[in-house]
Amino acid sequence: MRLAQSPAVRVGLSISIATGLYGVSFGALSVTSGLDFWQTMALSLLLFSGGSQFAFIGVVAGGGSGVAAMSAATLLGMRNGIYGMQLNALLQPRGWRRFAAAHVTIDESTATSTGQTDPAEQRRGFWTAGIGIFVLWNLFTAVGALAGAALGDPKQWGLDGAAVAAFLGLLWPRLKGREPAAIAVVCAVATVLAVPVVPAGVPILVAAAVAAAVGWFSHGRTDEGLEPDVDPYADQHRGHESRRSPGEAS
Amino acid sequence: MTLWLWLLLSCVLAYAWKLVGYLLPASLLRNPRMSRIAGTMTIGLLASLTVLNTVASGQSLTLDARLGALAAAAVALWFRAPFLMVVLAGAGAAAGLRLLGWN
Repeated sequence: MRLAQSPAVRVGLSISIATGLYGVSFGALSVTSGLDFWQTMALSLLLFSGGSQFAFIGVVAGGGSGVAAMSAATLLGMRNGIYGMQLNALLQPRGWRRFAAAHVTIDESTATSTGQTDPAEQRRGFWTAGIGIFVLWNLFTAVGALAGAALGDPKQWGLDGAAVAAFLGLLWPRLKGREPAAIAVVCAVATVLAVPVVPAGVPILVAAAVAAAVGWFSHGRTDEGLEPDVDPYADQHRGHESRRSPGEAS
Repeated sequence: MTLWLWLLLSCVLAYAWKLVGYLLPASLLRNPRMSRIAGTMTIGLLASLTVLNTVASGQSLTLDARLGALAAAAVALWFRAPFLMVVLAGAGAAAGLRLLGWN
């Protein structure tokens, strides 16, 4: 099959463009959070996991310590380990490809791959989305970081509001049904209660502990919260499997 | 300089999480408790980060223009706006409210 005719390649390219573009907001937010240009680029080049990157700069922006920023980013990266197991079973990369595949294992490349049924298409989808997003995400991080430094007071442009919106945007698609919404509310309340009594950066670890305890003791769906940040098949799902609002039962 | 240290350590640990999935036997994937904790923790962390960025200023809680950003983003998400639009809605609401004088 010609590459241009592969549905997985087309989905992978469109998700690359959509995801890559919001690297601009990461770059701009990162430099206004107090990181310099190269620290920002190091996160996009080496860490390469949107949620964890936003978590790192979010904690730094809130006055948290480096160790708290690292903890938040690392805990949020846990799900990539689960994705790795899924993709290893699905694609079975060998040799150096396994190490390259690990680096581009993120929400979007996993979703693009697991959304396909044909093994060859699963492989094409994974590599197209993984490499495409890596290239564009880093390119647009650089653009955002350079523009962000020239913006002046970030509050004037509402960049702190952009961070709030970005986190809500990452959380929103995971709130399908009553239970994930309840977990989110409990962790949000735990965070608010913790802010005045513990050092900056620690409230997020309190919330993580609460969430882990809920996961340990409860019996819901096992894939809860592991939905990708951006659903590459949103258009195809629309109509018969639309996103439910948090208030409705699943 | 110490920020660099924690940053690079974060990068190493992020890659370690990813790689460990490829190196572990796939049978662990069938442990429902492990994948469930990964899921609830993702929700909890994102909820915590959303709230922190909305109301926290260091160790105190404040209600300011960021609350408007949260509301605007929720409205945009409700109408299924693309991610970039949601982020712009949040930034626009915060900037607009400050222009109107609400810190």
